[in-house]
Amino acid sequence: MDFINSNILTIVTFTPALGALLLLFFPRSRAKTARNFALIISILAFLFSLHLVAHFDSNASGFQYRTDRAWIPSFGIGYQLGIDGISLFLVLLTTLLTPLAILASTRIRDRVKEYFLFMLLLETGVVGVFCSLDLFLFYVFWEVMLVPMYFLIGVWGGERRIYAAMKFVLYTMAGSVLMLVAIIALYFLNGKATGAYTFSYELILAAIHGGKLVLEPATERFLFLAFFVAFAIKVPLFPFHTWLPDAHVEAPTAGSVLLAGVLLKMGTYGMLRFSLPLFPNMSHLFAPFITLLAVVGIIYGALVAMVQPDMKKLVAYSSVSHMGFIVLGIFSFTPQGVEGAIFQMLSHGVSTGALFLLVGVIYERRHTRLIEEFGGLAHRMPLYAAFFLIVTLSSIGLPGMNGFVGEFLVLLGTFGVNKPRGVVAAAGVILSAVYMLWMFQRVIWGEITNEKNRTLTDLVSYEKAMLIPLLFLIFWMGIYSNHFLRPMDASVARLLSQTGKREIQYAVAPALQP
Amino acid sequence: MNLLDLIWMIPLFPAVGFVINGIFGKKLPKPAVAVIASGAVLVSFLMAAGAVYQLSQRPVEERSHNVAVYHWIDGGSAHTMSGDVERFAVDWGFLLDPLSSVMVLVVTGIGFLIHVYSAGYMYEEDGFYRFFAYMNLFMFSMLTLVLGNNYVMMFVGWEGVGLCSYLLIGYYFLKRSAGDAAKKAFIVNRVGDWGFSIGIFMVFMTVGSLEFTTVAERFHEGAAAGHFHAGDTWLVVMALALFVGATGKSAQVPLYVWLPDAMEGPTPVSALIHAATMVTAGVYMVARSNFIFQLAPQAMAVVAVIGALTALMAATIGIVQNDIKRVLAYSTVSQLGYMFLALGVGAFAAGVFHLMTHAFFKALLFLCSGSVIHALHHEQDLRNMGGLKDKIPVTFWTMTIGTLAIAGTPGLAGFFSKDEILWQAFSSSHGHILLWLIGAIVAGITSFYMFRLLFMTFFGEYRGGKAHHHDDHGHGAHAIHESPKAMTIPLMILAAGSLLAGYVGMPKWLSSGGSSFEHWLEPVFEPVPGVAAEVAHYGEGVEIGMAAVSVAVALIGFFIAYTTYYRKSDRAERVSAQFKGLYTAMLNKYYIDELYDWLFVNRAKDGGRFLWRFDSKIVDGVVNGSAATTVQSALGSGWWDRWIVDGLVRFTGGLIKTASWPVRLIETGYTQNYALVMVLGLLVLGGYLLWGTP
Repeated sequence: MDFINSNILTIVTFTPALGALLLLFFPRSRAKTARNFALIISILAFLFSLHLVAHFDSNASGFQYRTDRAWIPSFGIGYQLGIDGISLFLVLLTTLLTPLAILASTRIRDRVKEYFLFMLLLETGVVGVFCSLDLFLFYVFWEVMLVPMYFLIGVWGGERRIYAAMKFVLYTMAGSVLMLVAIIALYFLNGKATGAYTFSYELILAAIHGGKLVLEPATERFLFLAFFVAFAIKVPLFPFHTWLPDAHVEAPTAGSVLLAGVLLKMGTYGMLRFSLPLFPNMSHLFAPFITLLAVVGIIYGALVAMVQPDMKKLVAYSSVSHMGFIVLGIFSFTPQGVEGAIFQMLSHGVSTGALFLLVGVIYERRHTRLIEEFGGLAHRMPLYAAFFLIVTLSSIGLPGMNGFVGEFLVLLGTFGVNKPRGVVAAAGVILSAVYMLWMFQRVIWGEITNEKNRTLTDLVSYEKAMLIPLLFLIFWMGIYSNHFLRPMDASVARLLSQTGKREIQYAVAPALQP
Repeated sequence: MNLLDLIWMIPLFPAVGFVINGIFGKKLPKPAVAVIASGAVLVSFLMAAGAVYQLSQRPVEERSHNVAVYHWIDGGSAHTMSGDVERFAVDWGFLLDPLSSVMVLVVTGIGFLIHVYSAGYMYEEDGFYRFFAYMNLFMFSMLTLVLGNNYVMMFVGWEGVGLCSYLLIGYYFLKRSAGDAAKKAFIVNRVGDWGFSIGIFMVFMTVGSLEFTTVAERFHEGAAAGHFHAGDTWLVVMALALFVGATGKSAQVPLYVWLPDAMEGPTPVSALIHAATMVTAGVYMVARSNFIFQLAPQAMAVVAVIGALTALMAATIGIVQNDIKRVLAYSTVSQLGYMFLALGVGAFAAGVFHLMTHAFFKALLFLCSGSVIHALHHEQDLRNMGGLKDKIPVTFWTMTIGTLAIAGTPGLAGFFSKDEILWQAFSSSHGHILLWLIGAIVAGITSFYMFRLLFMTFFGEYRGGKAHHHDDHGHGAHAIHESPKAMTIPLMILAAGSLLAGYVGMPKWLSSGGSSFEHWLEPVFEPVPGVAAEVAHYGEGVEIGMAAVSVAVALIGFFIAYTTYYRKSDRAERVSAQFKGLYTAMLNKYYIDELYDWLFVNRAKDGGRFLWRFDSKIVDGVVNGSAATTVQSALGSGWWDRWIVDGLVRFTGGLIKTASWPVRLIETGYTQNYALVMVLGLLVLGGYLLWGTP
């Protein structure tokens, strides 16, 4: 058992990469076999990752399933993996969404082998990001993930795919180069201060909190900002978001699902894992500014989403709005806000992943994503309409479904420390109903106005197979929310003790204080 | 069997019905669908009745039963007003106490009757199973709302009923207007929910819990210990935030606009959701939070004024509407206004009392109107009705009872509850003579528009025949017949309720013990300590006099309607011509919808479009601009590189080439020569490194 526990993360991370390697040996003519193989590999990775949940200790605040080996010892680079309550479900979200995305790629006909090869490599990259406990390793995975995504958009994308792929890569690179500089700077600063030149996250963290590594305010500010910009671009936080609509519109369905489902979470995950605990002072110093951007993003994304004629763009802008909630929750520094933010990360992955899958379903039938091309789909595709409705409601945060819990906790935490921010952000919940229900009405309800929609067929079996797990999760997360919140508890408490916790405060006239 | 511990099952039966009908309903025969759906609600009703009976057998102070099924959302600690660190913890839990008892019986009882009625009314519809699935989902949500033991559970039901209302208004989703009305209802409600959720946050921040009994206890204790003072800004804001939620769900000014449009849904839906149950959720929520409102007298005043204003405004619009359902819709808005008037003057029990009686007679009126519409094959315009009294007698008589009840005829349900509200509006310490006056005027208007409706529908000549003369379906007067038993029996039961429901709440001057309804609710509406509640003392004579006045006002309303619509005078035309401006404004609902469209809907769309342009031109412009700049400077440095840097190199190369011809003499091309030079060089370098550096 010990052997499994200490190697399970390696297994989960590299199973897809191994699968990708084996895919290379498949003959080009066996496209269908290659797809089935990729599907089996990704399901295998998912099953392996279930071990993580099954044996996770919810009371432990530290990292579990640790792997710690030297990699490039001369530079203090280790192969260190481990997860805690913050990353646990993100890993699972990745391993769950990948097989679903592969299912959604059933109708890919062009360069099938390479396509699935990149999908599997992408999975390795993302899981690696969530598991790395070594800054250098983290950076490697962070960059590795870019390559398959670049090809997925650039080769299998829509009309402006080259532009979108370039923009995606260059934008992310611009941020991550800054992060690399900061990582190296941290390496030298820590080395100088403690004598141990290492990229180990935990050692550096311990040095900072043990008082051995004291960062000058100016240095800390630079480091914080360098990390933060890299993450903010990834989230994307307003005003760094314009790569997202382009990337989503051009990416193939599976690309969009993984992009929105897990890639964006790498940004908010980075904030939680690195920005907050490594640079607590600057986190608090910049929090008012960051939360302001988050609130602006919530309202701005929602308003822009409202007038989009293209369904994928609409969902992309809605992501800007929803991701704003996550950043808001993180920088409230309250337990409720942070737990809500992590919950919302999962829940956004599920609902938005499902939304992109649903858009993909009708895109494959009609080869358009324009809302005005549809209407009255409920007649021809009743099951699709029902699924669409459930996912829409989940996205607008109906209680009893997943979206509500995260939003509620984030807003509670935010309102508790900053009332104006909380009040304005809560108004974003109104707007989300506006754009989502408006889209639902125009696509699903009404008479069929476009003759081309008269011949549409309802969901087929593989489409049901890719959607039903997500629908199931939507309710599970909404009704048994504690199954997901409980494992976060200890890790969030530790994170906040490192960062400096803020409590929801009753802040009115002192005469009223008991 | 202890039913009290099983109250969590009450919402579950309709949920099961929803799942069965939702998944398999398409394949089931219609009667099976109807039996499953109605049966589920009937079981809930029986369980609820049993549980309430068991509750009533307990001593007064123990009439509150909490059942927590499991921990739902736990999220970290927080400092609160009560000082200690409190964990944010919300259970999936239920509460049966006197207040939720009333609600659960009204919801399941009237809900069951409406389910039965719907089986007849909706029988011809294609989406029969879909309709019943939604209705059951609604029952589940509504029961969660009234039985939930904390604010978040209430919010689950709250948004759940909003969803069902959305789905049922949009039931005829082919119609654009139905889709629009559904969306409008949901979004306007969301505006209310925004306030509600902020209210919830504030409650948690104040007492560190959201569980009703705990919250109530801590507010009472806090007020007793002097932590809270009536009128604290924080408490007033909290109460107002909650009230914003109530105005959305219960269709009060300024968020009432969705309810009249909601009449796009099938008529049983209007009866169940948009009259008897869902729209009263706001009243229930304020009553549930009574301790907060008691501590916020300013907020109470706002509630009372908004209630009175809504009552008046909706009633005046109701006078001139010609769609039978719209008249009833505005009447509902107006009656909800009464309920808030009661809550606002601190008469919580009177508000809930009116909620209960109103549920009977308004459900009855809507179902009767449905029966009329059914008989006339989807005719809803009062101007095309008339003379139906003998053709559909059951509907006529039951609707007459409903009309008499809502008009406040002494002895009928509406009389007792409305009279109690008017009396409290006058006599309570929060009351005011003006509030009473508005209430009394509204009573007169109510009586007028209801009798107008009755006369236009059932009396005089049938006016719809001409339009249908050439109609092949024979929708003429001869084709009109009474509705099936499934519809008329619920009408009769509701009519009986409208006759009798008021006797549980008789005033002191009629029954020695006072209102037993009020006594039942007393534990929930216990006065918060320290809140001044000086009771004005009036003699019984004043109370009776007031009642007489309101009856007189109702009689005036009746009389005007009688002379105008029964006697077929041309007064209606004359008056509307005389006050043309006012008439047009009322007919067009004071143009509030147009104002909102202009003010909010269009501005939001403009804002979205502007920001989209801003996004692609400015925000993305910066990104693309910096990319373009990079490309341009790369091209520039490429040119520099090729012509200047490389030019220099090539120039140097050429120069060297020319100058180097003597060197070529020693460049022999023999490898051993080069090797020799390399070894020498390495030796020199090695020597320098070893000894050359200090």
